[in-house]
Amino acid sequence: MADGSTTGASRRDFLVGGGASLGLVLSFSLAGSAGAAETAAKLNSYVRIAPDGIVTIINKNPEVGQGIKTMLPMLIAEELDVDWAQVRTQQADGDPATYGRQIAGGSLATPMHWDELRRVGAAGRSMIVAAAAAKWGVSAAECTTALGVVYHKASGRKAGYGTLAALASEQPAPTLSKVTLKDPATYHIIGRPMIQVDTPAIVTGKPLFGIDVTVPGMLFATYEKAPVFGASVASADLAAAKAVKGVTDAFIIEGGTALDGLLPGVAVVATSWWAARKGRERLNIQWADHPTSKQSTASFEAEAVALSKATAPFRPRNDGDVDAALKSAAKTVKAAYSYPFISHANLEPQNCTASWVNGKLEIWAPTQNPEPGRQMVAKTLGIPASDIALHMIRCGGGFGRRLNNDYMVEAAWISRKVGAPVKLLWTREDDMRHDFYRPAGWHFLEAGLDAQGTVTAWKDHFVTPGEKGTPSRSAGMASTEFPALFIPNFRYDLSILESQIPTGPLRAPGSNALSFVMQSFIDELAHEAGADQVAFRLKLLGDQKVVGPPMQGYGAERMRGVLKLVAEKSGWGRAMAPRTGLGVSFHYSHLGYFAEVAEVAVADDGTVKVKKVWVGVDVGRHIINPAGAMNQIQGSVLDGLSGALHQKITIENGATVQSNFNDYPLMRISEAPAVEVHFLLSENSPTGLGEPAMPPAPPALTNAIFAATGVRLRSLPVDTDLLRKA
Amino acid sequence: MAIKLNVNGKAVSADVDGDTPLLWVLRDSLGVLGPKYGCGIGQCGACTVHVDGSPVRSCQVPVEALGKGKVTTIEGIGLSPVGKKVQKAWTDLDVAQCGYCQAGQIMAATALLAANPKPTDDDIDTAMSGNICRCATYVRIRAAIKLASGQSTDKVF
Ligand code: FES
Ligand code: FES
Repeated sequence: MADGSTTGASRRDFLVGGGASLGLVLSFSLAGSAGAAETAAKLNSYVRIAPDGIVTIINKNPEVGQGIKTMLPMLIAEELDVDWAQVRTQQADGDPATYGRQIAGGSLATPMHWDELRRVGAAGRSMIVAAAAAKWGVSAAECTTALGVVYHKASGRKAGYGTLAALASEQPAPTLSKVTLKDPATYHIIGRPMIQVDTPAIVTGKPLFGIDVTVPGMLFATYEKAPVFGASVASADLAAAKAVKGVTDAFIIEGGTALDGLLPGVAVVATSWWAARKGRERLNIQWADHPTSKQSTASFEAEAVALSKATAPFRPRNDGDVDAALKSAAKTVKAAYSYPFISHANLEPQNCTASWVNGKLEIWAPTQNPEPGRQMVAKTLGIPASDIALHMIRCGGGFGRRLNNDYMVEAAWISRKVGAPVKLLWTREDDMRHDFYRPAGWHFLEAGLDAQGTVTAWKDHFVTPGEKGTPSRSAGMASTEFPALFIPNFRYDLSILESQIPTGPLRAPGSNALSFVMQSFIDELAHEAGADQVAFRLKLLGDQKVVGPPMQGYGAERMRGVLKLVAEKSGWGRAMAPRTGLGVSFHYSHLGYFAEVAEVAVADDGTVKVKKVWVGVDVGRHIINPAGAMNQIQGSVLDGLSGALHQKITIENGATVQSNFNDYPLMRISEAPAVEVHFLLSENSPTGLGEPAMPPAPPALTNAIFAATGVRLRSLPVDTDLLRKA
Repeated sequence: MAIKLNVNGKAVSADVDGDTPLLWVLRDSLGVLGPKYGCGIGQCGACTVHVDGSPVRSCQVPVEALGKGKVTTIEGIGLSPVGKKVQKAWTDLDVAQCGYCQAGQIMAATALLAANPKPTDDDIDTAMSGNICRCATYVRIRAAIKLASGQSTDKVF
């Protein structure tokens, strides 16, 4: 559809209003002609209906395990009014001209598409009804639909969508903002648990992932980059690599300096990936010196403490008079918190397949963010973006890592160099050592309580990695980050720690670390005030419905709702055995309100066992696919616990120390608690679930550890040595 | 050199060095793409296959060490009644998120249930701890094993 061959009468562009409130506009075409070669009639860019009634619905966004390939088509199918059993889904290619922005990120697919894609479905339904009305010579208003059949009651006529589709595709496409949507009480797809459309292929091992892509004549590649990010190749023994059986080529790529682009390294190409790896082992690469080779976690930590003692260069927020309020406080509390760099560790290592044929590229990429990848490839290779066809392949985990497209440009470059299709696959070690890490950060906090135990003052000196006065990617903090706006005297100072560690978004960026800091320090304050943790938090949340600007403010009432819900469901306040405890936390991110309670038991040797987690959720009035929603929430909670219990990336001599799951452990099933989820359906439009359940999990855990042991953990991951019974 | 092996009941051969890990023989030489690469060091279980019914990490088995061992992968596990039951439970509870680990999980779970038809939670922990799920679908993995073994389980959705 991006080819421009459809014009005028058959191609209409609609701007749809619903997403505009988020600053996002979805533009797409509704092209109506049935192609001669197609037996299925195309109602619009998303829907085709075959004569036998099988409905094919396109999923526009990348599938990374968030279930989008099932959920977005559900929205269309509901309003198209077909039986879900009739529906087949199909993954779109990278095609922004037809589908607008295609991205798996920000938990945005639900809020962006809730309205638009239901309207796409409703538009398709109205074209089918118009076709039936024309055929029968009756008024469209007299026709009804159910499960893929149009009925005309008065005359007793009925027709399946399949028999009407060709005629329907010739009907004028309605204006999306004018179509009538269903009464939600009649939904039969939205709100019903639906198995992921790819599940049958997953459980039988069908090739689905980037790593499974197979192109005739394809070679296999490995690419070694410097341990120090961005260092160039001084020398490499290419001949030794080429002498390995199966190796067809080995070469140095000069690359550039942008850490998210094509970096210097050595490629080895072979008839199998194992042969390429064997060749790589012979390379004996010498890396050139690089200015960042002195970076280390130890020096970052020392520098952060030093910066905390100096005057901060930035003050993003300063409400009331913090100094006076601290002076007059009945009690003040001071604490320093920190969290480490962590890695995404998608289980499928980064990979990409590219095929360079006659000056044009075809790319199969497991990416969360296809179009910027295409643009980067075009720029780096010096070819027009229109010469690159891009297929979005199911990702073995996203978590934000695949918003970057470094693997894509590497595969493209290597394919052009060897003039053959190439599957590039990173080793696990490449993946862990060349990530865009969740940034580390340090917070130096002080707060004041009055005699009634109310928080009257809060100050945070945040030290974050960055360059030239700007935080690194995903290392910033909004000036409205909770509890800003809830405490009258509030100061947020910001210092930048010079760093050239590549960082980027990791599930619930910012929030995934800030929640630990804020909800832990609030826990300390409640403890100092001698208050119940839930009651203290409810008081802090105040009695307003929304705090901050309307539409963009913090839904304090919604948060109080989920906090009360989770307290009730977890039996908050019950008596606990020695060295067991409950911890509570809440966090708002990605338009979702989450409160969580964790129950832990800490053994005498300090080992932490999370026994159960309860989750209170408000993401609006509909849970579109409850099966997928529960999976996302439970997975996010366990992901948060996994990071808090185990994960830390350390930098030494400018390079990442960890390399694989032996030194960077992920949670295993033996550590996974039950996760009980409770939805609070509110009147708000539905919002996304890929991320917001994660941030409250780490502080629920560490607050529970405090309740169990009296030990306050102020840095992650959990140090069990501190938890041994005295 | 041509190495003969038996994969999912079929005699096949691959022209590879004997020290090539079974995983890469399956994937790159034989086009059997169900077993996945996750770590290459025996830590994650994504590459799990059965050799004569026992679960092994195919990234750790040099193909020459197989001898006459019969290899079963996710592509063939549905032919066994237990494997079929496990696949059905995985489908009914929609265990997967990204799905990348699930071939290995299903192979490990099938081996568990073949040896122990009614595993306890502890049995499940022991048998399944070698298989990482980065998406952390552990709640459903546990429930699906219970379901496949006819035991009661918490509602997952
Ligand atoms: S790839 Fe074999 S255990 Fe991870
Ligand atoms: S489902 Fe993604 S790694 Fe298990």
